[in-house]
Amino acid sequence: MSNQIVQGILLGGYYALIACGLSFMFSVMRIINLAHGSLAVFAAFALWWLASRFHVSPFVGLLIVLPLMAAIGWALQRFLLERSARGGALLPILTTFGLAIVIDNMLFEQFGADTRSLAPYIGSLSYDSWEWPGSIYVGKLAVIMFATAVILLGGLQLFLTRTRLGRSIRATSEDPDTAGLVGVDARRANAIAAAIAMVTVGLAGAFLGMRATFDPYAGAPQLLFAFEAAVIGGAGSLWGTLVGGIVLALAQTLGAQVHPQGFLIGGHAVFLVVLFVRLSTSGLGLRGLLRLPSRSAS
Amino acid sequence: MSLLSVENLVVRHGLLQAVRGVSFTVQRGETLALVGANGAGKTTLLRAIAGAHQPAAGRVLLNGADLSSVPSHKRVGMGIALVPEGRKLFVQMTVEENLLLGKTAGRAGDWSVSKVLEMFPNLKPRRHAKTGHLSGGEQQATAIGRALMSNPDVLLLDEVSLGLSPLIVDRVYAALQGLIASGTTIVLVEQDLNRALSVSDRVICMLEGRVALEGPSNAVSRDDVTKAYFGLHRKSPGSVPA
Repeated sequence: MSNQIVQGILLGGYYALIACGLSFMFSVMRIINLAHGSLAVFAAFALWWLASRFHVSPFVGLLIVLPLMAAIGWALQRFLLERSARGGALLPILTTFGLAIVIDNMLFEQFGADTRSLAPYIGSLSYDSWEWPGSIYVGKLAVIMFATAVILLGGLQLFLTRTRLGRSIRATSEDPDTAGLVGVDARRANAIAAAIAMVTVGLAGAFLGMRATFDPYAGAPQLLFAFEAAVIGGAGSLWGTLVGGIVLALAQTLGAQVHPQGFLIGGHAVFLVVLFVRLSTSGLGLRGLLRLPSRSAS
Repeated sequence: MSLLSVENLVVRHGLLQAVRGVSFTVQRGETLALVGANGAGKTTLLRAIAGAHQPAAGRVLLNGADLSSVPSHKRVGMGIALVPEGRKLFVQMTVEENLLLGKTAGRAGDWSVSKVLEMFPNLKPRRHAKTGHLSGGEQQATAIGRALMSNPDVLLLDEVSLGLSPLIVDRVYAALQGLIASGTTIVLVEQDLNRALSVSDRVICMLEGRVALEGPSNAVSRDDVTKAYFGLHRKSPGSVPA
């Protein structure tokens, strides 16, 4: 049992990584990005393409893909999401849903339906493990993913609380109009936040490709896991995202012990329980559902 | 040249014309009080000067520079700071973080967190408290401090006494007197006529989006302003007819 718990906690690191960008975009820009999973798969394909075509290690490839993802995030916010957000809360959801379809089919057209993986390009890291006391084997990649999640979330927390830009992003998240009145360029803050979110998506896509296989339509389940982790942990808190990821992964791991099909069902069951508890205590609004702080400023 | 000029400003909220062709100037170091009943257009006028509302006509000039196409965040960098009605603090952030946000525009000047805390000593022990947990007076002090942190040429104050106890209002106004004495240029929207007249050099009374009365505060009586306030009298000794 202790082995399953350790594996679940480590898998939670991956879910926290994939949920991080989703909850960050929602908490700052109030946009639910339904293209989130597809963008992660796009990043995985970009790394796979660099590795297979130019023999670039996926870890080195991140030096190219992460800035590219940041640029995509910035452009998406500036030219697509910002405009669609002016049309109300529903329009960005529809816009990102359409974007996900475009990305999925673009990847299908370019790379076909074959499943791919980055595992062949990272040597033995994809299957190497350490033996811990009690005959617990932990995968090196899983530990790296978990450490990356903790460092990323901690770094983001420090960035948001200790830097001028971080404070500007938080102010914009809380009240964009008043942020402008104190000298914050809310458009710029949102675009930078979208760029940061896409960098986290790029990282999640890299680990998706390293730990599993992916195909052009693999984005939807990743979006589902991200959404479940964000709801369980609460999108208003970065560390809550880690907790949400761990709870989801533990539920899946323990569910798999109960029944061979229990992996997904266990996760969905915990998600639904949290969802019903949240809805019964906070009402039907997304703010309560995702445990976002109040936006009222006085 | 006037520090701030408002020329024939018209601001609409949809079909409603909230400000109807208002013009006035503010000299450097002057304190101008804007008074008027609820709905007279004072807050809209102040927010239009700060760039929060786009005027339908007219223009705002700062040191002769037309601000018509300048967004609100850039106006802060040019020297306009607004203390909005209701404070509008970032309640998930601490007092210090709110104050530091005032520095975002990067304008050079003397104001710092420690100077604000000297001006409002009651904020010192609350420096790391979230502003959502502060009293109304502490919140108002933080809002004024945040605006001062941008080292403004013109400080726009909207209803600073609203919702505060008389004792707290006295403290806030004592701090404002210090700012006025130091030569800070202030445009003050205030419902309390006595306070508005006592701290300002000049007063403008607005009625239904227009200037109903304008004149030096020491030459305008409370009775004159009250009549203009209710639209009963548009001229008074020492006033400039609107």
